[in-house]
Amino acid sequence: MTNHNDHISKQAFMDELYRYKKGSVTRRHFLNVTGLGAATAVMGAAVPGLLPKPAFAAGDIGDRVILATWPNYHDPANFEAFTEATGAHVQVNVFGSNEEMLAKLQAGGSGWDVYVPTNYTITTYVSEDLIEPLDVSRLPNYDPSAFDPRYAEAGSVDGKLYAVPKNWGTTGYAVNTSHTGGHKMTSWKDFWDMTMDSLSGRTMVHDYQLTTIGNALKYFGYSFNSVDEKELADAEKLLIDSKPHLFAISSDYQPSMRSGDAWMTMCWTGDGKQLNTDIPEIEYVLGVEGGELWSDYYAIPKGAPHMDAAYALINFMLDPNVNAKEVLAHGYPSADAHTNALLPEELLNDPILYPAQDLLNALEFGAAVTLTDPNRAELMARFKSA
Amino acid sequence: MTQRARNWLLLAPAGTWFLVMLLLPLTVVLVFSFGERAPAGGVVPAFTLEQYANLPARWTAFKNTMTLAPIGTLASLLIAYPLAYFLAVKADPKWKTILLVLVIVPFWTSILIRSYAWIFILGGRGLPALLDWVGIEGVRLINTPFAVLVGIIYGYLPLMVFPIFVSLDRLDKRLLEASSDLGAKPWATFLQITLPLSIPGIATGCMLVFILLMGEFLIPALLGGGKVFFVGNALVDLFLQSRNWAYGSAVAVTLVLVMLITVTIYMRLINRLGASREDVSIM
Repeated sequence: MTNHNDHISKQAFMDELYRYKKGSVTRRHFLNVTGLGAATAVMGAAVPGLLPKPAFAAGDIGDRVILATWPNYHDPANFEAFTEATGAHVQVNVFGSNEEMLAKLQAGGSGWDVYVPTNYTITTYVSEDLIEPLDVSRLPNYDPSAFDPRYAEAGSVDGKLYAVPKNWGTTGYAVNTSHTGGHKMTSWKDFWDMTMDSLSGRTMVHDYQLTTIGNALKYFGYSFNSVDEKELADAEKLLIDSKPHLFAISSDYQPSMRSGDAWMTMCWTGDGKQLNTDIPEIEYVLGVEGGELWSDYYAIPKGAPHMDAAYALINFMLDPNVNAKEVLAHGYPSADAHTNALLPEELLNDPILYPAQDLLNALEFGAAVTLTDPNRAELMARFKSA
Repeated sequence: MTQRARNWLLLAPAGTWFLVMLLLPLTVVLVFSFGERAPAGGVVPAFTLEQYANLPARWTAFKNTMTLAPIGTLASLLIAYPLAYFLAVKADPKWKTILLVLVIVPFWTSILIRSYAWIFILGGRGLPALLDWVGIEGVRLINTPFAVLVGIIYGYLPLMVFPIFVSLDRLDKRLLEASSDLGAKPWATFLQITLPLSIPGIATGCMLVFILLMGEFLIPALLGGGKVFFVGNALVDLFLQSRNWAYGSAVAVTLVLVMLITVTIYMRLINRLGASREDVSIM
């Protein structure tokens, strides 16, 4: 990863890293071919400043911290390092939609210490009194000036900080181009038309109202966030018509895409990157009509049972060295300039992580109203039970 | 202590359990079902029949459940009976225990993990690939009602095998000899002696499987790909995604009613078939 000591090209390094991540090569093989085994041993001793800074009094944060997050969204090695540094184990709960997270917190007694809400949900958590304001003095690794404000501003409500940025990304679709017969897929119109045509029985949509309804709305050129009754009715008709042609309704689409059962799926940046790296004929497409741009945050729910551990974990994950490893593992971009300074250039120029400006311009952030709008919620439930 | 006081004391744990774990929650659900959805999700108290008026929007979920639950029960019965018969009547006594344990072994692993295994077996690289290899092309199994049915039969088979096994195991073998001595062919003996005497086991097994199936949500979610929707899935959605507790409660109350009615009709049928009510040991 260092420029002056290029034993291995950056491309080859990334390839090896992904092979290791997917378990197709052993840790020993990975460390040997990349030279990281020797390098870390030397660097660890010589450059202590690169090691994560323990910004907490070790040993007094308890023995566990419970994290509610999304699938394929962390580097497990970072959690191991956290446990080693603090003695607290990280228990991970994985969710498929923000609605599900909100429902758990509303029902009470979730037992979570840290969770990962998406930008458009935070105002609702504040108004429902389900989120703890953050004490910045307990997050020494948090440097607000380093973050791109587009992906950081939703963390503050009425000038008070409730959440710090984790990653950002887009929602497009992944398509296995060996089944499209040379047809170049570029739009959400392509997505839905092909679903009901040559890709019938092979398409997956998210089990998540925001993206599934939002991307059906894009077929008609409506706003991704629409709560207009007529526009929602059009989207519902499209969803119901396409349902017999779907392979599945699920937010866990990687296994089916990898096995070849599914050929196309709604997809988030990192999953698109992971699939494309392992199976190059699977391409990630952003619809020209637009779609979702999002940012996720670390936050602490009200009444978190292990508050000290929660702060310690968030602070640890904000460490640019740790964060860079996260990005390498999951393929979601970070908005933190310190983290990006540590990432290889290919990754920072990757078109899946950083789409062209005109595609990016068409995207919308999710709107708070979609989370609580009863019509969107019921539309999704009707579509699923149709 | 009087006999009466002792009876009450002995009944107290079960009675408290019944009250706290069954009657209270049911009452809460019933009250919720007349309420309205709160703006951010949840429930606000009200007295409206709006939720019940919306029930037709979940018709497909009820239809799927009321189709696949009876079919699944019947299919489990047809597969379980010969197995139970073999275990109880034909199997060498010294192997019987081992064979019975083998029926239970799957329960040692979570149904979640076992259903995941079926995702791979029924997926494109599993059975369809094998069928393709022998010349039957283009078969799709995963995420179909058939896949859900396979998962149901697999998951519930032991619950059907055991009650039938118990009733056949208690069967007095001398009756079979008597039947044979009187000139009945084996098939006639089975129809006139063995089958009627095992009806309590069949009735119990069917009841166990059917009632649990009516509330099933995991197997349809995993093997139906979110496309074969049961009432259980509709409930999970209403409470965990759209957070419409009032409507969810109305659907839940309706499911309980449908189940009560179905089970009552079922009991009548069983009684008419000649088994007395006491024979159905779970009632």
